[in-house]
Amino acid sequence: MSGTESIVKGLRSSGGEPGADGPVTRERWLGWLGIALGLIAFLITLPPFEVRTAVPSYLIALIALTLGVSSILGGEKRVGGGAVAAALFGALGAFAASHSGVSHLEVVVSWSALTAAMLRYATPLTFAALGGLVSERSGVVNIALEGMMLMGAFFAAYGADKTGSWVGGLLIGMLAGMALAAIHAIFAISLRSDQIVVGTGLNFLALGLTGYMYVDTYGANGTPDNLPSVPEVNLPTDSLGFIGQAISQLNLLVWGSLVAVVLVWIVVFRSRLGLRLRSVGENPRAAETVGISVFAIRYGAVIASGALAALGGAFLSIGFVHSFSQNMTAGRGFIALAALIFGRWRPGGLLAATLLFGFSSALAQRLPEFSPQLATLFQALPYVLTLIAVAGVVGRSTPPAADGVPYTREGK
Amino acid sequence: MSEQTPPVPPNDLGPQGATVGARMGIAMKAGGIVAPILTVLFAFLIGGLVVLITGHNPIDTYKAIFDGTGLQWLFPWTTGADRDTAAINLQQTLLVTGPLILLGLAVGYAFRAGLFNIGGQGQYIVGSIVAVWSGSSWAGMPHVLHVVLCMILATLAGAFWAGISGFLRAVTGANEVITTIMLNWIAIWLGVYLFSLGGPLQNDAQPDVPISNDVVSGAKLHVFWGDPELQGLHIGIFVALAAAFVYWILLNRSTKGYEARAVGFNPEAARYSGIKVGRTYVLVMATCGALAGLAGSLDVLGWQFHLATNDIQGTQLAFYGIAVALLGRNTAIGTCVAALLFGALLNGTSVRNLDPAVFEPELAQNLTTVIQGLVVLFVSADVLILMIYNKLRIRRKRPPGATAGEPVEVAA
Repeated sequence: MSGTESIVKGLRSSGGEPGADGPVTRERWLGWLGIALGLIAFLITLPPFEVRTAVPSYLIALIALTLGVSSILGGEKRVGGGAVAAALFGALGAFAASHSGVSHLEVVVSWSALTAAMLRYATPLTFAALGGLVSERSGVVNIALEGMMLMGAFFAAYGADKTGSWVGGLLIGMLAGMALAAIHAIFAISLRSDQIVVGTGLNFLALGLTGYMYVDTYGANGTPDNLPSVPEVNLPTDSLGFIGQAISQLNLLVWGSLVAVVLVWIVVFRSRLGLRLRSVGENPRAAETVGISVFAIRYGAVIASGALAALGGAFLSIGFVHSFSQNMTAGRGFIALAALIFGRWRPGGLLAATLLFGFSSALAQRLPEFSPQLATLFQALPYVLTLIAVAGVVGRSTPPAADGVPYTREGK
Repeated sequence: MSEQTPPVPPNDLGPQGATVGARMGIAMKAGGIVAPILTVLFAFLIGGLVVLITGHNPIDTYKAIFDGTGLQWLFPWTTGADRDTAAINLQQTLLVTGPLILLGLAVGYAFRAGLFNIGGQGQYIVGSIVAVWSGSSWAGMPHVLHVVLCMILATLAGAFWAGISGFLRAVTGANEVITTIMLNWIAIWLGVYLFSLGGPLQNDAQPDVPISNDVVSGAKLHVFWGDPELQGLHIGIFVALAAAFVYWILLNRSTKGYEARAVGFNPEAARYSGIKVGRTYVLVMATCGALAGLAGSLDVLGWQFHLATNDIQGTQLAFYGIAVALLGRNTAIGTCVAALLFGALLNGTSVRNLDPAVFEPELAQNLTTVIQGLVVLFVSADVLILMIYNKLRIRRKRPPGATAGEPVEVAA
């Protein structure tokens, strides 16, 4: 939804995104209304309202569902799909909340804690998904986000331990992620290997390598307790309602991830370099024709994606948990990939997706209080939503046109 | 890094083709076995370097791992107590090899049709779940009938799970890589939901253990070599070998297999010649899922006999299937050999079989993961070498070799 987008549209060989812009139609209104109702269905069962039966919520959710479906049928797939998702979310949440004791609810739904937890869970995903965005916008599929995060997680802990400072940890972690990304770049860009096979191999490699070094260095004792960690930022916002309380003590990297979203947006969508990056991802031949080096841009993008994903991993080990354990990322790289797709390869959409997934994680952490089963369902939510998104129910998620296609110069 | 004006890119073979890559390509055309062997040697070499750099002796390490595999049972000079130990170890190795063959085929068949099935894990888990449910029910059923029924149900479940991805690919064009990854996670959380405390399939007798019911004795696979109490070798290995034979028939001697290969080689041309590409995608993925689901049932009915939530979350076996398929070049025999190699590696580095005095099992397991990653990485590059070689061959208009004309399948 930007000016440069129209320039890229000119480069696009595939069609644009239907329903991304244009006048606000009746369908879109219905869709947004459905989203709002879906959320309301959940909210009325929570403090401070605490409706003790799920029936009203089901009714509201049903209305939201109907609105969503009619909106989809009217051609407004994206917002309508959002309404359908919100309706399901509302019904599920209402069921959970109304089947639990009021005292439990107070424990689970402390809004400020939940918001803070959401931001914490979203941070590693945001960094990694931004890495994925930079790489895929240049036309290189990056399935190795998981591996790059893991490298960042271990080497940040290792570096923080050896250098005695968290800054050193972050730098070493980022370098490790970039090293893995450089291998990805060599194989995917210069050797023109299948990018998904390479990424898969690198995930295994990172898993084995970090596990090996961790066992070899720290053995049975684990990482030291006094690991230097990324500091928290204390803000005097406690008096400003639950949002204020939520953000009064967040890790520096949480803020860093939000800044990174803005920076990536500016670089990719508002700068000359970004225009080149996107044109290489959409139509490399045309980009090469006007003198852009496809290889240089792609190398830069993939290595930058390694640094970003590694930051996400570093936050996990020295910002959040303050230790490292084997296979610490536990699939977060793939959730980040899901967020990237769900957010349609755009920084804003990606952030919305990581916050949503972060929220479902935060809920899942607290729900075992009264229902382990529901907690599990919330853990699976990101994957289900992504499955729905790529299936094109919520409007087709279209990757950059040349995403995953190795580039060969003319005449070779 | 790539430069702007190199006369020859780094991987373009000169007119003589006298590079390692070209020689490998020629060797592959000649024997088809040299490249995989070289790949494995490379991977072991680099793995050995990792061991060396971290201050251990790679030769001793590999020897200790080999001693744990039980393969020395095949040597006539292994006698007495050594032979008995080796027999037990070899049973363990083959116990892993059976499912690995199936999981390798499950990836290989998809590759042949130009699809990348990363969903082996989810399909395997779904198969395991169905096998453990059906194996722990219907206690009075006749033995053979019960076993066969459990296997069939698990196979169908796997087929259904993978079929979803095939269907989405056929109908909406959703990339099967993304959908299979998402379905993996959904399968994991589904399993956790079913077997966690209070879950629908959680053990009836032990309400505080997150584990399934035990498979009844009437549904266990017959152990034909070794002690049934000590996880002797069950008949599943023959099931796997039979599946490999069927795979060969299917691929090389059947219409469906021909269609799959044609679609893998060029979907547009296949569509033009009247092959229903969408239907082929669904069928291929379902076949892959069936193989992976069968693998899950072998493990459950053969030696696991129950599933804990930890088993569900910790299973990595299916990912080795990717390395097995790539190393085995997606052929029936190659897959069997590669499965034996990885089965031996996995078993030789297990806590049970590796002497901690020589090398810590925990380190060795990570070493196995490193080797797995390197194998996948190198194979990705040697598929490419083969493609370059083919291109050159066509360009030089040399008469095709003995095995020329075989399409190289790489997922797009």
